[in-house]
Amino acid sequence: MMQIMEGSHAVAEAAKLCRPEVVSAYPITPQTHIVERLAEMVADGELDAEYLCVESELSALSVCLGSSAAGSRVYSATSSQGGLMLMAEVVFNVAGMRQPIVMSIANRALGAPLSIWNDQQDSISLRDAGWFHLYGEDVQEMTDQHFIAYKAAEQHDVLLPGFVCFDGFILSHTYEPVDIPTQEEIDAFLPPYVPYNKLDAKAPISMGMYAPPPDYYMEFRHETDQALQRAGAAISAAGKEFGEMFGRDYSGHTESYRMDDADVAFVALGSLCGTVKDAIDEMRADGIKAGLVKIRTFRPFPATEIARALAGVPKVAVLEKNISLGSAMKGAVGPEVKDAVTGTGIDVYSYVLGLGGRDIRKKDIRAIAALAEKGVGNTFYGLRTEVL
Amino acid sequence: MVDKSLELFDCGHRACGGCGPALLARLILKGTGENVIVVASTGCMEVFSTPYPETAWKVPWIHSLFENAAAVASGVEASLKHNNRTEKVVCICGDGATFDIGMLCISGAFERGHDITYICYDNEAYMNTGIQRSGATPYDASTTTSPAGRLSTGNSLPKKDLPPQILNAHGASYVATASVAYPMDVMKKVEKAVNTPGACYIQVHTPPCSTGWGGFDGSKTIEIAKQAIECGLWVNYEMENGELTAAKKVRRIPVETYLKAQKRFRHLFKPQAVTEEIAKIQAIADANAKKYGIDIERNE
Ligand SMILES: Cc1ncc(C[n+]2csc(CCOP(=O)(O)OP(=O)(O)O)c2C)c(N)n1
Ligand SMILES: [Mg+2]
Repeated sequence: MMQIMEGSHAVAEAAKLCRPEVVSAYPITPQTHIVERLAEMVADGELDAEYLCVESELSALSVCLGSSAAGSRVYSATSSQGGLMLMAEVVFNVAGMRQPIVMSIANRALGAPLSIWNDQQDSISLRDAGWFHLYGEDVQEMTDQHFIAYKAAEQHDVLLPGFVCFDGFILSHTYEPVDIPTQEEIDAFLPPYVPYNKLDAKAPISMGMYAPPPDYYMEFRHETDQALQRAGAAISAAGKEFGEMFGRDYSGHTESYRMDDADVAFVALGSLCGTVKDAIDEMRADGIKAGLVKIRTFRPFPATEIARALAGVPKVAVLEKNISLGSAMKGAVGPEVKDAVTGTGIDVYSYVLGLGGRDIRKKDIRAIAALAEKGVGNTFYGLRTEVL
Repeated sequence: MVDKSLELFDCGHRACGGCGPALLARLILKGTGENVIVVASTGCMEVFSTPYPETAWKVPWIHSLFENAAAVASGVEASLKHNNRTEKVVCICGDGATFDIGMLCISGAFERGHDITYICYDNEAYMNTGIQRSGATPYDASTTTSPAGRLSTGNSLPKKDLPPQILNAHGASYVATASVAYPMDVMKKVEKAVNTPGACYIQVHTPPCSTGWGGFDGSKTIEIAKQAIECGLWVNYEMENGELTAAKKVRRIPVETYLKAQKRFRHLFKPQAVTEEIAKIQAIADANAKKYGIDIERNE
């Protein structure tokens, strides 16, 4: 049913519809509205789940790990340094232990200096942890991605956790019309979780064992990587099935916007894509042939799909709400895009922008296109030079 | 009553000879029986009992990190509760995991009052990483991060008084201490804890770590463990709903007997006795004896 809803509340509705047995999270801006809403749902008997108010994010994800290992579907949500970074050790652990936990990330900058505002440094910094990463452009997409995430994560040839990422405030605190499926519809799409194995006194197993060198560790890492590659196919299949049931297709890991005959292409993740699309429309009206490749799945990285989408475009501008400090291209996404098109002669540049909530306007997108045309890139965009 | 003849902690693990925690693992599972899920922290026991693809655990067992066992156990318990399952949830964690790095998760789990039993195997240092001090290391023990030296007599802080001052203060339903020297007592306390609703805590002295404490043969484990109790540096007691309900009485021996047998205290005796330091340790034992009323009077 179509309703006007705050992004965080739509995410909480999505989480509820997935019927988690255990919810554990710790409040941090801008994720708080999600967990507050879930607490209300439990208090009102709308959601039959164990809701654990824990003492830190480290505990929140550890609780989820324990419940998941015991066979429950679980849910958590977090953000930024105090949240995701405090969890970081558990984040890697959960993937290694192959628990299909789904966690929402309301993307926020990392301190210092302290910033509660949006960029994507938090989730991007944990790109190597073994979770799949989905990025939503608007409230509808990020809501739907939760259903897809559980479905993909729980496939027995995947069994890996996933982040559903969306821009803090810009999406988490914005009211948008959103179609929330009914419980019956989601039950038909997402069957109850069937663990591949679990902690069970009737069939004892050991989980999280010690891998003495040098016998098995590398093979474990290899298998986790293989599973994450398979998660790509599972996300795609779940996105397709979702499209058939709900009319919103998410089978692609990327989405191309006005890419036919483009001379310059943007690559972006999340809410920024909306601004970029509007800018492209204006540029096209002025005769500048620009297009966008939106990345919806960042892990596993959809290199083939991106290469196909960018084929024949001379200049590519990757818009990065993150910085890989000290790296040559500055942004973390650019090098992966560049690698995807190696040998094609396409020029790929990174532009670091929008950090700590700095606004990005249509004219900025247009200016970046001009920089890319001139071959100027791998740089910050939009610095206030007067304060430097 | 659980069947005490069941062997649920298998042989073939890789603990050192005379390892107290290895003995304890076996005793704990005799106390819990088969219907249990064990949550472990990173440390010696985790490493020696689960070298992939082998495991010594015949019950479900999970290890995540050094510091988060109590939170993982909270999650396991929440899942069991939601599904009306009957397994008991038992954490088995080292003193470093318990006294130091895991305190946050323990505090949360005990505040929430999960139906779990948290057992700390106390070998009084970080053994797995090479015998560094922990909050459970006794006063004056020489460890690799509190070495005795020209200006140092070893660990400068007394052992943290964790069970009463932290766990009992959190409102734990049952708090007890035990020692591998008294196996029947360990099994009895474990059985009692897992059958007491709410969060329970047992701290078990698992001396000696012949590797970490040094100076004696691995066959002397029980002997040294007994001396710790006989001298009053370790007290076996029980606290129920906040009240001290039992403490093992002893005819005390001087602390020297216990200290002298261990390399970690050798600097107090060689090249010559450091009498004022030995006196300070004796005072700790005397204070314990008074606090818990463990001295057997002459006419008793
Ligand atoms: C967060 C973190 N810090 C440090 C370590 C390194 N480490 C592994 S085990 C251990 C000490 C364990 O001590 P204890 O809990 O007393 O167990 P024991 O080895 O003595 O049995 C340390 C410091 C770690 N694994 N994780
Ligand atoms: Mg220890």
